[in-house]
Amino acid sequence: MLLGGVAAGMVLFIVSVGLSVTMGLMGFVNLAHGGFAMLGGYVIALTMKYWGLGFVPALLFGFVAIAALSAVLERLLYSRLYRAAELDQVLFTIGLVFTMIASVTVLVGPENQPLALPAFLRGQINLGIVQYRTYSVALIVVGILIVTGLWLAFERTRTGAQIRAAVDNRRMAESLGINIGRLFTLTFAFGSGMAALGGGLGAEFLGLDPQYALKYLVYFLIVVAVGGLGRVTGVFYAALLIGVLDFTLKKYLPQGGTAFIYALTILLLLWRPQGLFGAKTT
Amino acid sequence: MTPTKSPWADHPAAVALAGRHRLRAWEPIPWILALAFYFVFPTYLGFGTELLITILFAVSLDLVLGYAGIVTLGQAAFFGAGAYTVGILAKRGIWNEPITGLVLAAAVAAAIGLGSGLVLLRTGGLTLLMLTLCTMALLEEAANLAHDYTGGFDGLDSLPIAPLLGRFEFNPLYPTTQYLYVLVVLFVCFVFVRTLVYSPFGQSLTGIRENTLRMHAVGAPVRGRLVLCYALSAAIAGVAGGIWAQANAYVNLGTLGLDRAATVLIILVLGGYGRLYGAFVGAIAYMALSHFLSKLYPTAWQLGLGLLLVVIALFARNGILGIAELGLRWLRRPRPKP
Repeated sequence: MLLGGVAAGMVLFIVSVGLSVTMGLMGFVNLAHGGFAMLGGYVIALTMKYWGLGFVPALLFGFVAIAALSAVLERLLYSRLYRAAELDQVLFTIGLVFTMIASVTVLVGPENQPLALPAFLRGQINLGIVQYRTYSVALIVVGILIVTGLWLAFERTRTGAQIRAAVDNRRMAESLGINIGRLFTLTFAFGSGMAALGGGLGAEFLGLDPQYALKYLVYFLIVVAVGGLGRVTGVFYAALLIGVLDFTLKKYLPQGGTAFIYALTILLLLWRPQGLFGAKTT
Repeated sequence: MTPTKSPWADHPAAVALAGRHRLRAWEPIPWILALAFYFVFPTYLGFGTELLITILFAVSLDLVLGYAGIVTLGQAAFFGAGAYTVGILAKRGIWNEPITGLVLAAAVAAAIGLGSGLVLLRTGGLTLLMLTLCTMALLEEAANLAHDYTGGFDGLDSLPIAPLLGRFEFNPLYPTTQYLYVLVVLFVCFVFVRTLVYSPFGQSLTGIRENTLRMHAVGAPVRGRLVLCYALSAAIAGVAGGIWAQANAYVNLGTLGLDRAATVLIILVLGGYGRLYGAFVGAIAYMALSHFLSKLYPTAWQLGLGLLLVVIALFARNGILGIAELGLRWLRRPRPKP
């Protein structure tokens, strides 16, 4: 019962974590993040369909392809707008989303893209007490692996420490000799790659069509705003919270569920503008 | 006591500053063109009405975004509030006189703007962006839920709107009345906004946009000004929404959606924000393009729009009017004497 919500929360987390880090690190309002998730989903679905790649290799390929694409975009376009006003960033990324949606519609078509799961992820699994859908269980396992990996990378590696330093105080980090530009490109590419992964993993129940980029954007933004900018664990808890809430509310209160989440977000942001788990900004 | 004349009063900059609010020679042109449109293109009046309403909506956004510098993604919340006010009152047979209907729409939208502004404007940056977005989404959901009043997803159609001034019928097929009515309302609202932005109040808004900290330091009531501006802008957006509902005789959830909010933002930026007439230029450029292109090549339209936005954000932050200004300055540049 609850597991479905947790699985949805995992997908939300995988997509949103990149958004949180790029927004926290670069202070960049990236509304195109959902677009990267959508493109990733398409790359994964299409490589499986036409190249006959397995699900897992396709996921990896999607990650690498979108990370590479976003690194190029970051160097060429995003980096010009780091110091620009929020409005310009919003416009630029909205424009980018439109471009992505239109290109996908032209190249692939506007219809929903089915993504066939491999046999070992279909069906039910016996968890001792209850039978449950294998895919949901697999998603939860993958999500926990990713959050642990990210947490370790963030807290225990040199790059992670550099990212945290840059989130907290960019100028100081820069004057200590951290190459902020390279760090930005790296995190941006990684975050977009994660979004691609999430797009592929979530396609089974979120669907995959060109409008994906805008349809779920508000959800990703809510997760990031609730979790706090640049906080991996915060985003994880927020994603779980929103995932479970959304799943349960849709089941028991199909009418007012979404409105409830919006209202909750508004109240929460008024109470803690920095998010539930974010540190107070100075 | 006679005020002493400053020795700098004749300086060109001082003259320009003191005469900033004066009517420029070209300013009547858009209005003459709008009137001419009525006589030249009688078959396109439906499109013209939509265009004028969009301009009005964009002007309301210009006040809050271009002058006060509040980045909002939720301006359609007030458009929808105005539209639904007119729609529900007319459908239930409570009130269907158009002009007072607009006043009511403005009052409801302003009340929502005031209420939400009081809480939302305490924040800034990304949080504010998210809050405006969520407020709009919440209103949309509420309108969807209150099915009995708002008609839910289907909206309210064939609204019985009373004839204008008791004489002029609204005819959806030949929108001559609507066009002139919207034009007059746009003119009144525009004069109001123009007066406002050149008043000391408008100056303090620009000051807040440029340097909030300094405005606090000189003792300006920053939050009060912002909230008031937000509410006034909401009222004008409410008028735009109300008049849209009257002209089309229907309301639907689309009036509250992110699509509408994003479109009006794009229009304003395309024309150039913070300069009043940007709304006109942007709306004409956008609506004409979308009217003729989007039906023929919907995907190419979206692609072109996306690329256009990227280019504007990267290279032409002041929109079409900004480019025109640069061009004018280049033409008038001081030339080296031969």
